[in-house]
Order: sequence, then structure tokens, then C-alpha cells
Amino acid sequence: MSEQPSVLLGYLRAMWVIRHFEEALDDLFGRSLIRGTCHLCVGQEAAAVGACAALRADDQINSTHRGHGHFLAKGGDPRRVMAELFGRATGYAGGRGGSQHMAGWDIGFLGSNGITGGGIPVATGAALSAKLQNTGRVVVSFFGDGATAQGAFHEALNMGSLWTLPIVYFCENNLYAMSTPLRSHSAVSSIAERAAAYGMPGVEVDGNDLLAVRDAVATAAARARGGEGPTLIDCRTYRFLGHSKSDKREYRTEEEEAAARRRDPILRFRALLLEQGHASESELAAVEEDARNLISEAVEFAQASPLPEGDPSAKVYAP
Amino acid sequence: MTRELFTSWALREAMAQEMRRDDRVILMGEDIAEYGGAFKVTEGLLGEFGPQRVINTPISENGFVGVAVGAALTGLRPIVEIMFMDFVTLAMDQIVNHAAKFHYIYGDGVTVPMVLRLPAGGGRGYGATHSQTLDSWFISVPGLKVVAPWSPADAKGLLTAAIRDDNPVIFIEHKLLYSVKGPVPEGEHVVEIGQANRVREGDDLSIIAYSKMVDEALEAAEALSEVGVQCDVIDLRTLQPLDDKAIVESAARTGRVILIEEGVRQGGVMAEVACRIMEGAFDYLEAPPVRLGGGFAPIPCAESLERSLMPSAADVIAVAQQILA
Repeated sequence: MSEQPSVLLGYLRAMWVIRHFEEALDDLFGRSLIRGTCHLCVGQEAAAVGACAALRADDQINSTHRGHGHFLAKGGDPRRVMAELFGRATGYAGGRGGSQHMAGWDIGFLGSNGITGGGIPVATGAALSAKLQNTGRVVVSFFGDGATAQGAFHEALNMGSLWTLPIVYFCENNLYAMSTPLRSHSAVSSIAERAAAYGMPGVEVDGNDLLAVRDAVATAAARARGGEGPTLIDCRTYRFLGHSKSDKREYRTEEEEAAARRRDPILRFRALLLEQGHASESELAAVEEDARNLISEAVEFAQASPLPEGDPSAKVYAP
Repeated sequence: MTRELFTSWALREAMAQEMRRDDRVILMGEDIAEYGGAFKVTEGLLGEFGPQRVINTPISENGFVGVAVGAALTGLRPIVEIMFMDFVTLAMDQIVNHAAKFHYIYGDGVTVPMVLRLPAGGGRGYGATHSQTLDSWFISVPGLKVVAPWSPADAKGLLTAAIRDDNPVIFIEHKLLYSVKGPVPEGEHVVEIGQANRVREGDDLSIIAYSKMVDEALEAAEALSEVGVQCDVIDLRTLQPLDDKAIVESAARTGRVILIEEGVRQGGVMAEVACRIMEGAFDYLEAPPVRLGGGFAPIPCAESLERSLMPSAADVIAVAQQILA
């Protein structure tokens, strides 16, 4: 398939936006300018951007505790995501949600989720709506390898397949459930193998290869849209930073981390674009600079935004 | 027009009427389609509405409640039957961490319009895991509404209101009430959530109850009236939001209150109601309110033991005699 240079540069830009967003957060948390907790996806950008690149604008996704990248990849406004992290009124949830609990309904982002695996049944329900209401939509549920140990994973995949729902179960397998390595929390070394138990295809993909991720999701989405049911994608990736801001990463070696960084999905994709003549060095540099500026503006927007006020109990119930 | 209907028929009529009125309303649960549900409440609905809208689920309570949450978020209005209220324990994550919170954390336009129907209560010898009344857990979860009807008419009217509500509603149905008959309006019948009902009027003593315990309250009130004590009997109907006004008004007027619930008395629904009476009517009270509730034990299977664990009309009468003495 011939690739459009402008589209490829768009993917690169989207990955840089996520990288700079997350690195800015790392810095802001380090300086205690943001409170609470947050889980960064540095190193996993090709998973989020590759998967969303295969979707239509009206397709829907939901996400995990590590969800900023998915939100941005689906088209979330970095200023409003950042404002939510700063606890400002202009954030997507007006400051009520924070890092792990925000959604963007207008762009099909059905929410991040602080409960490991909790979003998998919810996404399955969104796919049930898509099927019963004939919307033609596909839903992608993102979750980590740790979530596959939850009963919710099993229950949801069983129903998704049983009812032939238009959903893609997308496991961002970064090889660690917090500090616990895959070999210590999963009886099988390949998450894709679990698909056999639900009668759906299980696909392993190199999660640091953006185009491979995009193509795997495109195949799964076409299958789902065609009424053939779900696919489980085991997307192998690596989280460069810790699980959360308090993680010293003592459970893995510097050698392992250095090897992972040599497979950096952004630098790898950037080199590919240069090598294949899709873009010049200066165009590539401009894309990164553009993303960096966007995030600087997002931080400025968030810091300048007002704090939420009023009764915190006022919005507990829908009118 | 009203006619006499069993509570289970009244519930089914509410669902059928709402499903005809709004094609976004769907049913989900274990064995609810061909089998009609463990208590036959959904019997016949598959025939009228088909398998796309009357969906049998695997035995995956957390999973299918989560599916219902996702469906509710994206345009459907699911009614979920949990076969026995005891099994709601398996779905607490999706109820407490997901359904109850999504409107709050995901923003103003996001709603979770779903109903969880929970057959509750003991009295049938089903034992420890098929007899519980866990109502009080839910009233301390912001974001949930909690409804527990007693009369067949209220069962229909409150279920209709719950289906139309844009929030997740915990709808508690007492198993022993399914086969109770009463007058039920034929057409559209909506009972607003959040309003208690005064089912008997009197000025000497308030008895506050809900669900099956309204029967015990009325039986006691009848017996007490024969000895000249006129009871005000309040059926709460909704446990969250509580009808403070009705509760406090009755307590202030009679000055004496007995509260009765089937669930474990310790940390029960009536602990909250009693406290609201203290806060709202303390100066009018002639005696401390007395709570009657289930004993602090798993529900035993043997009939003699199960009976002695549950509060009864006789307990209400005994307490009334003490506080009126």
C-alpha cells in the first residue's frame, strides 16, 4: 500500500504530542505542580496512535489508568486534558475526574478508568449498542497485560465473542503489571493465546512498529464491522518510565531499559520516514517542534485556567 | 382502570409498556429469556420483543452489569436482572466504581440510564447466599438511586420511573411480594422516585418500614388499634434519596417511632433514617426511636432459626407497648 507522506507525518506528530505531553507531566509532577498520581505511557506511543489511525472518527475507544495517550491519539484537545490534570474548570471533567477518569464523548473517547480491567465490559456494552442500533461503529478497548488476569477480561471477551460484537480487544502488553513481570502473573507467555478460549482470532504485533499496529487494528476493525466479531490483539510494547510517579523501577535492569529505548517507536518511525524519503530532516524536526510547542501552550492554558468552584455534590446525579 | 395483579405481573407490565414506548429499553440477565427469569418476572417478554432486546447472559454478573453500563453510556436503557440480590456482590465493581461515577467524572452530557432489578429477602428457606437484604450498602454510594416497593401498584409505578430515570437505579424486589396481589393501574403509571407513602394514618406512634416489612408494620398497627393505639405507617418506597420531609413530619407529629427493616440492623437503612429523625425532630420526640432489623448472623436455613432472625409484627407490638408505657 502506498503511504501518503502527509498522513505519515501526521502519525509522527501525534506520537510526539503524546511524548511531550507525558514528559511535561513527568516534569510537572516532579516539581509538585500537579497533585495526585499519574501513569505515563512514554515508549508506548505507537500503540495508541497506530490503533487510532485505523479507526473512523465516529468509532469509539475506552482506556485505562494509563490513558492520556489514547485520549490524545483519538483527537483529544491537549489543553483540556492538561487542564484536567491540573484540576482546572476547563478540563474535560471540570476537575472532577483527574488523570484516570476523563472522557471526550464528542470524539468517541469513552473514558479512562482507574480500575484495572474495568473498562473491558464497558467497551463491550458500547459495542452491544453499536450492534443493536446499527451504527456501523467499531469499539476498541485498550487494557494492559495486567488486566488479562481480571475476571472482567474473561467475562467480557466471552460475551463479546458469543454475541459477535463489533469490538477489538487491544492489549497493550508492556510486559509488567506494575512491578510484576508477565511471566509471574500470566500462565501463558502470549496474551494472544488466550483468544482461543473465546473463539476469536488472537494476533501478536510489534507494538513499537506503528504501521504494523495500524494494519493489525485495521484488519480487526474490518472484521468487527463486517459482523464477524472481536479480535484480541497482543501488542508488545514497553513503558520507558515507571508504573507511576513513585516507581523506582528496581524490578528491571538498566540493560533491559536501554535495549527497549533502542526500539523507541518514535525514533524508529522517524528514521523510517527519512530512509524512505517521505520527509526531509528539516520537515521531521519541524513536526517535533510543532508538537513541543503545542504542549507548552497546553501547560500555559491549564495554568491560566480557573479552579473549579461550587458545591462538589452538585453534579452527582443527572437531572 | 385498575385491576388486581400480582406484583410480578405488575413489574412485567411496567417493562413491557416501557419497551413498547421506547425501543432503547432492553433486558439483560441470567435465564430471563425462554425461562422467564428465576421468579418468572420476565416471562413472555422474549416472545413480544425478541432476542435482540431480551438478552440471556452467561453467569458473569460483573461482566454483564459492565456491558449494561457501556450500553447505557451509548444510547440504550438496559434493565438488568440479577437473579438473587446476593449475587450483586459479584458486580459491585461495575456498580460502585463505574455506573455510579461515570456521570460525575465523565462530564455533564454523559449519563448511565440503567435499572438493576434485585430479588431480595428471606423467608423461603434458601439459606445464607440466596436470602440476603443488602440494601444499606447502596445508600452510601453517591450516584445511585435506591428503590424498594411494597405494593403491586408501586412496583409498576416505581419501575416505570426507574426506567425513565437517567441515573443508575437499584431496584429491590422482595421475593415474597412477587405473589402478592393488589390493584394496579392499567395504563401508564409513574410513581416519582424519592417520595414515601403514608399507608395508614394515626397520631400515637409512627412505624416506618419499606418493602416486605410494610406487611409486618400494618399487621402490628392493626393489632395496636384494637387496644386504642393509632399508628402512622410510612412506607419509604425510596431509600435514596430518602423522603426526609415525610419521615420527619410523621415523627414530629407522633413523637414515638419504631423503624423496621429486614436487613441486618447494624449499619442498616433505618440507622440512617433514625439519625435523620434525631436531626430533624429531636425536640418533638417523647421517646428514643427504636430500630428493629435482621439479627447479626448469616441467614440460617432452618425455618425456626430464619424466623427468629427476622423482625416481625410481634416485635413491633412488644416495642410499642414498652415505649407507650
